[in-house]
Amino acid sequence: MLKDALAAAVVAALLALPLLGFRLADSQQGLSLDYRFAWVGYAAAAVFIGRLGMAFAAAAFSRVFQRKRQTLLPLAGRPSRNRKIVGWLLVAAALLLPLAPFADRNLIDKATLLLIYVMLGWGLNIVVGLAGLLDLGYVAFYAVGAYSYALLSQTFGLSFWLCLPFAGALAACFGILLGFPVLRLRGDYLAIVTLGFGEIVRVVLLNWESLTNGPNGISGIQRPSFFGLPFLAAAPGRTTFHEFFGLPFSPGQRIIFLYYVILVLALATNLFTLRIRRLPIGRAWEALREDETACRSLGINPTRTKLSAFALGAMFAGFAGSFFATRQGFISPESFTFIESAIILAIVVLGGMGSQIGIVLAAILLVGLPEWFRDLQQYRMLAFGGAMVLIMLWRPRGLLASREPTIRLAADALEAAPQTAGEAAR
Amino acid sequence: MLTIRDLHSGYGRIEALHGVDLDIEAGEIVTLIGANGAGKTTLLMTICGKPRATEGAIRFEGADITRLPTFQIVRRGIAHSPEGRRIFSRMTVLENLQMGAVVADPRHFPADLERVLALFPRLEERLNQRGGTLSGGEQQMLAIGRALMSRPRLLLLDEPSLGLAPLVVGQIFKIVREINREQQVTVFLVEQNAFHALKLAHRAYVMVNGRITLRGTGAELLANPAVRAAYLEGGHTPAAETGP
Repeated sequence: MLKDALAAAVVAALLALPLLGFRLADSQQGLSLDYRFAWVGYAAAAVFIGRLGMAFAAAAFSRVFQRKRQTLLPLAGRPSRNRKIVGWLLVAAALLLPLAPFADRNLIDKATLLLIYVMLGWGLNIVVGLAGLLDLGYVAFYAVGAYSYALLSQTFGLSFWLCLPFAGALAACFGILLGFPVLRLRGDYLAIVTLGFGEIVRVVLLNWESLTNGPNGISGIQRPSFFGLPFLAAAPGRTTFHEFFGLPFSPGQRIIFLYYVILVLALATNLFTLRIRRLPIGRAWEALREDETACRSLGINPTRTKLSAFALGAMFAGFAGSFFATRQGFISPESFTFIESAIILAIVVLGGMGSQIGIVLAAILLVGLPEWFRDLQQYRMLAFGGAMVLIMLWRPRGLLASREPTIRLAADALEAAPQTAGEAAR
Repeated sequence: MLTIRDLHSGYGRIEALHGVDLDIEAGEIVTLIGANGAGKTTLLMTICGKPRATEGAIRFEGADITRLPTFQIVRRGIAHSPEGRRIFSRMTVLENLQMGAVVADPRHFPADLERVLALFPRLEERLNQRGGTLSGGEQQMLAIGRALMSRPRLLLLDEPSLGLAPLVVGQIFKIVREINREQQVTVFLVEQNAFHALKLAHRAYVMVNGRITLRGTGAELLANPAVRAAYLEGGHTPAAETGP
């Protein structure tokens, strides 16, 4: 234990030497170097004590944790009822959030952003969590959705709700486009190609100036309306939302409306995933993730299965992208960089690969907390990285790692087993 | 039912089968024995279309299936219980069985499930358990049960005895006989455990280095001195040397 802590302290000292040990300072003669070797010492000491504390804590907790794990493993999906309750509580909380007394404009806005990432996480979960296809370029479909809506609405004057299915379909087509060349790839190789695909889409958006206006982006994108009623202080020739309902005008109305739109879109994504997992195609995705050879020998068409996962995952990113465009009113290629793909993937992985509620929790951690911690200023990303490391130490397989079976028989219903199972299978 | 003529197959440039001829009639249990690396598994996998045959023909119930993709071959009524069982370890036993039924008519599912669970009562006790938590013997039962869920007319079994205790091997072979007799499923069994396989099979083939060297009824081969020397009395030691 001591040896381990010492080794960690030495590593920390070596790392801290260049990072903390030297400091450029402004002086009369120009730049000069300050030496802060005491800081290096503090860092090493802190790591030594921390590491020792961790080892003690691990020893104390290990017995408790081990017992817990043993009871969880053999029986499939025991925490099911708890998860259902947590899920409904989360939905209720999300529905009531705008009515809460502490819900100001800022909070609703951040919650909207959070829900975009939850929806993207749920969408990517179809590809990564269920079908096991590691996709590092997911943001490309998000971009396709955003640009589809922006261009369709600007060129043809179509409304958000009309464009939404088009944007989803277009993103799904791009999903198939990506899917075809990578059908034979798995794991690391797949990750590289999808990473490249994400960058290609961004670079095309950046350079195809005649269509996308290049790095300047598209501005003045039409805002969504409430069944044709715009959220404006006054609209010549049209009834606005507040006039129709006889309310005083407030810009917050649109914010709350947008919040509910993304909530509905995200819940639709969730519902879709929950349903499709019970259908043959959803089960085939999960089986494909585990063993492609076995799937083939059971008569599953891997081409169709993989392409459908890519297409459906991309479709939801397309929906989310349209929403993003209409919320921001302005999009540019800068919003669709690799870091976005990485964050969405991190949400899925930290959430526990396939767990719907895990993704919500991970999104709150990865997107919500950094937004609320803006006060930490330059240490924000440090806290972000630290949180990620801690999660991976504490739950190496994600926040909620255990997989929920799609079908279950109660122990006392075994007599009736074949009938029940048959109904569920249909 | 299954006719294989002058079949060549292999991986990349390495040819593993050098002209195999083999026939399976409906209702039979046919076994293929041979040493490690003789090409037994390659033959089963070539029947399933991966790797693809480079030469020769495979006909199933009169139709040429040599060039079909795997999933279409399976849909014609051939089920494959692959080497190493390959069950879905994160999915429950019931979900594994459902995966086996993807090509079958969903209306048959309850009856098929009942039939498979009657064959393997052990699986019924473990329906909600994850596949990965089963014992080796139970996993093998699940692999066979999963293959049966597609209502195959021909069942290909690749080394069902691999890594199992002798007692469990006996159980599994008994069930294979039941599947053949009571459910009229033709069985093609690839085995290293020559003694058990030859006792079970109506007819048998011996494969050495990608060629069929001997054929006959199970009893004939059991009595054959060359087979006894290579695969039965000396254990697997002399046989292992013949592999590439």
